[in-house]
Amino acid sequence: MKKLSEKLRSLSDSNLLLTITVVVFFLMYIGAMIFEGGGFLKVQTFFNILNANAYLIILSCGMSIVMICGGIDISVGGVTALVCMSCAVYLDFHNGNVFVAVLLAIAIGLAFGLVQGFLVAYLDIQPFIVTLAGMFFARGMTTIVNTKPFNVENEAFVALKNARIEVPGMGYYNKAGNYVAAYVEIGVIVALIIVALMFFLLKKTKLGRAFYAVGGNAQSALMLGINVKRTRFLSQVLCGLLAGIGGFVYFLHVGSGASTHAAGAEMNAIASSIIGGTMLTGGVGNIIGTFFGVLSLATIQNIVSSAGLDQAWWTGITIAAMLCIFLIIQSVVIARKKKSVKK
Amino acid sequence: MRFLVKKRLLLLALVFSTMLACACGNNHKASNLTVDKERIIIGFSQVGAESDWRYANTNSMKEALSLSNGYELIFDDGQQKQSNQITAIRKFIQQEVDYIVLAPVTESGWDTVLQEAKDANIPVILVDRMVDVKDDSLFTCWVGSDFELEAKKVTAWLKQYCDNEEINPEEVHIVNIQGNIGASAQIGRTKGIEDACKEYGWDLVDEVCGDFTQAKGREVMKEFLKQYDNINVVYCENDNEAFGAIEAIEDAGIKVGSDIKNGEIMVLSFDGVNKTALEYVKEGKISCIGECNPDHGPRVRSIIDTLHMGGKPEKLQYVNESLFVSGSNITSLIVDGQVYPITEITDEE
Repeated sequence: MKKLSEKLRSLSDSNLLLTITVVVFFLMYIGAMIFEGGGFLKVQTFFNILNANAYLIILSCGMSIVMICGGIDISVGGVTALVCMSCAVYLDFHNGNVFVAVLLAIAIGLAFGLVQGFLVAYLDIQPFIVTLAGMFFARGMTTIVNTKPFNVENEAFVALKNARIEVPGMGYYNKAGNYVAAYVEIGVIVALIIVALMFFLLKKTKLGRAFYAVGGNAQSALMLGINVKRTRFLSQVLCGLLAGIGGFVYFLHVGSGASTHAAGAEMNAIASSIIGGTMLTGGVGNIIGTFFGVLSLATIQNIVSSAGLDQAWWTGITIAAMLCIFLIIQSVVIARKKKSVKK
Repeated sequence: MRFLVKKRLLLLALVFSTMLACACGNNHKASNLTVDKERIIIGFSQVGAESDWRYANTNSMKEALSLSNGYELIFDDGQQKQSNQITAIRKFIQQEVDYIVLAPVTESGWDTVLQEAKDANIPVILVDRMVDVKDDSLFTCWVGSDFELEAKKVTAWLKQYCDNEEINPEEVHIVNIQGNIGASAQIGRTKGIEDACKEYGWDLVDEVCGDFTQAKGREVMKEFLKQYDNINVVYCENDNEAFGAIEAIEDAGIKVGSDIKNGEIMVLSFDGVNKTALEYVKEGKISCIGECNPDHGPRVRSIIDTLHMGGKPEKLQYVNESLFVSGSNITSLIVDGQVYPITEITDEE
């Protein structure tokens, strides 16, 4: 018991919040396995959650980084829709190349990141306002690129979309007695690589530490000799870039362009980051937490809909309850911190 | 002290999360009954709850496939997004339901996931809208409406009305408030009005999407009235759009009604599931509604029962539909050589 208490004491705020998130996620999933049974006992259910939310993991990584740096980016959902529509139009109407489509997606994301980053960091405009404008612009542009939703039929793309990476030994026998191999989509691999890269960036690099410093207290960061403006700029650029990549992963999952794609994705990304222990006030957060934040969010959605609670708003209500709990925990953590500083 | 707070915090988190898990667990006693082998489990992926029609459709399914009838219906609201519906179908496959009922939000892009259902030996029954797949065997049955026929009936009524009132075809200026682009209802109803305009020589002024909602219908109609001053017929692809359009027309100080020769704007619409819509027909605010019957539940149930007994139900099943009008002297219509009845809405109803 003493050992545990010592361990807990040595945890930083970030790590404490991370521990809570991970514990909650596992409790929830195990709870679902016990109460739901059936689907949740299959590995594929978990993989399906990953497949459907790979894009959200990537968007949330970007969101966590801007939030750690004290900013916010609510344009990511709009950028996702714009990326989907632009790539869809390019691939189908112009018979494009998939590789170029990837570059197009990255370019769109980067362009949003650069412009928004410049406005936020160097012209000192509120990030919320800047990215709100970015969101409207992206949604509007999506409709200008093409009004009608449509499915992409480009052969090379469809082949890539349907590509499955089978995970050996995790399949199951279905009712018909056929063996169904467990699989993940390419997007999941991309998402995991991004999580690893961003984790490394935040923990091990100078820039990563600068994000925390600026988000924690910009004034002190300045005195430490950190280029605050450049750091803010880079956080927004990185978020934009990840929105572009996440947008393509979403596109790869749904295979269509539509102006309503990824509606509310920015809010899900913010929610995931918060559940993962990132604070809106900046300076605190963890990419692994964000990863589990997305999984928790997606698992709740899955539990609610598996339960057949027939109204869609139940998902929203449970997510609201969860967010509320995490926000309370966060504010308690802050209060505790202040107290210990006083002492 | 600090340690205590930390410990309390963790405890708090644990308690909250178990509460959450329990709450989720308790709320669905139904799922726990899956052990019951007798019960037929059906996963139903609905488009959303965007209109009265959809609501009535959902209710019809829930009533027909209720627990007391020996079925367990797992309902999933796709919130107008195909990706949500695909996720839902994958989830149904994982849950190993006996049947999947799908009301697809759009027609294309279903091949992969329906193939997965087929591989898992789960029959898929489509309701309302159709899917556009290369292999027809990916779905077992389809239950729904003939949207083009609905549109043909409504336009035939308009044609008849114009003939009776001696209105020249060139004097009929129609605007079309479309439904969600790509939905079967939109495709069929838009084709119906476009074909009719070509055939009868009416002037189709403009077509804009109104998303099947009242708010968007109102917005679109407002724009139309600003842009064009000769509109005398509004063709709405569902009742909710018609409600919005009527609001916009009345806001502009114009009367809605069939008397287009004297400056009224005529509203034509579809669905007829909502009481207000039928009330509007009685008052003459909506001149004609092409019925779109949402009562798919009993049909789906009989298909499932047939399949369960090892039978082979008919692949395409249309539901019966009528036309709702009031105060016109037209009693029946002939479309494609077939006579269709007209339901007069009167005070007795």
